[in-house]
Amino acid sequence: MSEHIVSPKIYVVILFALMLGTVLTVEAAVRDFGPWNIVIALAIATSKAILVVLYFMHARYSPKRTQLVIVCAVFWLVLLLGLTLSDYAMRPHDASKFATPVASRLP
Amino acid sequence: MHRTGELYGQFETPAQQKDSALLGMWIFLVTEALFFGGLFLTYSVNRHYYFTAFGVGGNMLDLALGTTNTFVLIASSFTMAMSVWSAQTSRKKLLPVFLLLTLVLGFVFLGIKYVEYKQKFEHHLVPGSSFDIRYHVNHPAPGDNLKELAAERKEIEEALGTESPDNPQKALVALNAHTQLYFSLYFGMTGLHALHMVVGAGLLIWAFKDSLKGRFSAAYNTPIDVIGLYWHFVDIVWIYLFALLYLINRHLV
Repeated sequence: MSEHIVSPKIYVVILFALMLGTVLTVEAAVRDFGPWNIVIALAIATSKAILVVLYFMHARYSPKRTQLVIVCAVFWLVLLLGLTLSDYAMRPHDASKFATPVASRLP
Repeated sequence: MHRTGELYGQFETPAQQKDSALLGMWIFLVTEALFFGGLFLTYSVNRHYYFTAFGVGGNMLDLALGTTNTFVLIASSFTMAMSVWSAQTSRKKLLPVFLLLTLVLGFVFLGIKYVEYKQKFEHHLVPGSSFDIRYHVNHPAPGDNLKELAAERKEIEEALGTESPDNPQKALVALNAHTQLYFSLYFGMTGLHALHMVVGAGLLIWAFKDSLKGRFSAAYNTPIDVIGLYWHFVDIVWIYLFALLYLINRHLV
């Protein structure tokens, strides 16, 4: 069989990268970056997820067909999250009905 | 069904059979991603509406236990990847060792999850009639970090102010309702993730038993690869759960 075998060396590098990402994300979370906290947390989580998919799940060495399936998953997720959240974000809602408008937290 | 060794009759070659199995697994994982995606969407919309309450809820979680579990799960993903490598290179003695390590780390994760859930029951943070977001700060247990509790108390008081500034009673009802929503999502999402871990553990036990018989080698290792894909996917779900449930409100206190 002509399958690609990923060497343990790469797995160890990815392991340490994931652990470093975890340390970084916890360190970043306890500091106040205002609206950037969630951006940083999700950016680090996504970087970790990409490393897992590419190397642990061998996506980098997979046939184009498999890679297309992965791209489709991301595409549908972006549609699901992106379209729904943009709808909620732009929909005027009765603040008293939904309680706690974000603006009331601001000084 | 006609079968020659590990090769089923509908396939021409073992390579083709493995390709098909892996493709099928990936398509299953797409449905899983969208399944969890719906839950992440529910979480995001509710956090958007009940921002303050979700901040209070998130900061009630135990960051140390959550971080430990993240390390445990990452380590288990590594041992799973090493299992796949052992099978691909016909290391028949090493494969059961890595499978067992993965299984043990999976159980460590579930054990820590049990400690966390138990703590939430003790702190009256399980949605239901005894839910009380102020219970823990009002009833500190010995050994609790008092500085952290003081910060939580301050956050709860501020949140009560934003829920309903002039009516303290109404504010408490609202805050309890909205933090319960957070904890419903917390238990729903981490519970579903834990259920996936239990299924993964079952698969690992099966693979471990067969690996002891020397079934998997360079010529045939499809089940190990497929279980690996599943296990890594569950790891990815946790990476996002950790960021969204445990981390993104920490800076508020």
